[in-house]
Amino acid sequence: MSNGSRDNAPSIRRERLKVRSKVISAIRNYFNEEGFIEAQTPLMVRALIPEPYIETFSIPNAMGNQTSYLIPSPEVSLKRLLADGLERIYQMGPVFRKGERGERHLMEFTMLEWYRAGADYNGLMADCEALIQAAASASGHYGRSMTYSGVSIDITPPFKRMTVEEAFVEYAGWRPGPNPKQDRFDEDMAAKIEPGLPRNRPVFLVDYPASCASLARLKPDDPNISERVELYAGGLELANGFTELTDPIEQEKRFRKGAALRKRLGLQEYPWPGEFLASLKKLPPCAGMALGVDRLLMLMTGAEKIDDVVTFTNETS
Amino acid sequence: MYESSDLRKGLKIVIEGVPYLITEFQFSKPGKGQALYRCKLKNMITGYTMDRTYRSGEKFEPANLEERHMQFLYRDGDGYHFMDTVKFDQISMTEDHIEETKNFLKENMEVDVLFFGETPIDISLPIFVELKVIKADPGVRGDTATGATKPATLETGYEIQVPLFIEEGEVLKIDTRTGQYVERVKR
Repeated sequence: MSNGSRDNAPSIRRERLKVRSKVISAIRNYFNEEGFIEAQTPLMVRALIPEPYIETFSIPNAMGNQTSYLIPSPEVSLKRLLADGLERIYQMGPVFRKGERGERHLMEFTMLEWYRAGADYNGLMADCEALIQAAASASGHYGRSMTYSGVSIDITPPFKRMTVEEAFVEYAGWRPGPNPKQDRFDEDMAAKIEPGLPRNRPVFLVDYPASCASLARLKPDDPNISERVELYAGGLELANGFTELTDPIEQEKRFRKGAALRKRLGLQEYPWPGEFLASLKKLPPCAGMALGVDRLLMLMTGAEKIDDVVTFTNETS
Repeated sequence: MYESSDLRKGLKIVIEGVPYLITEFQFSKPGKGQALYRCKLKNMITGYTMDRTYRSGEKFEPANLEERHMQFLYRDGDGYHFMDTVKFDQISMTEDHIEETKNFLKENMEVDVLFFGETPIDISLPIFVELKVIKADPGVRGDTATGATKPATLETGYEIQVPLFIEEGEVLKIDTRTGQYVERVKR
């Protein structure tokens, strides 16, 4: 509202799209220099991870009478490539989330997802720090600082690290432990933690409760905590990463739990990712992260709405 | 019925029998967690605001509000009486209910009244109304300093700051959005 007319000026929009192109090049340069290869995996797939809170679009009878789905992330395919021996891979392209629309959400958005064999989540955090630097210089931010929502952000590495436990004690006044009530955890994360996190520098929120592990491995010396990390900057949630779980039996157990919860919530049943689970036997120790490229561009261009950093949205297409 | 995914700024919904307007809305989905629909809601009867967070799949009754064109008839000990200009039925509202709107209500004035079911909840006044000055101190001749004002009382009992040259019996144009003097109406 405050800067709506300015934000919609055609010259600002053109500038933002130029920055977008430069940042995307800078991301590719970074990964190429790090020895990664860029993968292009199918956007229409037949198997999905049964995550309870991720909905995607189904395409009935896409091939014969077979239903296909638009990918909510390239995770399934990329991990299979990793199991096939590609040790450093990334993909940057569209992914789809049904029902997710708001000032920071698009149902079709651009995701950067990368995997490093032999690394854990510390390696991912180093990648994030380097990527933010690269994106900032590509966007014309010199001197390692930028302003978002009126707050100056110092992006000099290392970024601040805070455990989920520390953040909940500090901003919500309670300890989540290994298995917090999901509703209370999600609500306080949105209403207290995210608004409470420091804005003057990027923050890694690390070490999620075991019940929020998703596809992350538990800490070898503390099974109450998972090696999961989220990157926040300027109040924006930018990325989520794991030291990947490589134990097929534990993974199958979590998938069965996820599928059962989906059923209980009355959500569509996703086809079982059997190929993926089978490939986990060959998955090397690795870490992987997914970063919202449009959110990164909001940060880089000062845009308050995700609509302002894309060419067109579904609504304006 | 609305669902959580229909919620947005400007939508009017009923919560526990009371109509609410969504004045701020944020879709949020922290981490791998569930989608949250965070609303700031304004009680359309009392004006109080509250925060509510909803999850996917919740249902909401739309607040059906109807605007009726009415004429202000008179005020008495029971309150303020209005008549529908189409159906000619009458309603009354108490002084508490009317709040500052009473400062600008003159007999026979036509207004729009917002109804929630049978309950009148808000009155939209014309932007400008003309009201007579019933009391004003005499202006001091020669004092023409820009911006100098004095208090005056209008026919509705409303006290307002007016330029020094305004006299009793004159009719003034008032902006009902700000409650301020606009100009003198020439008769």
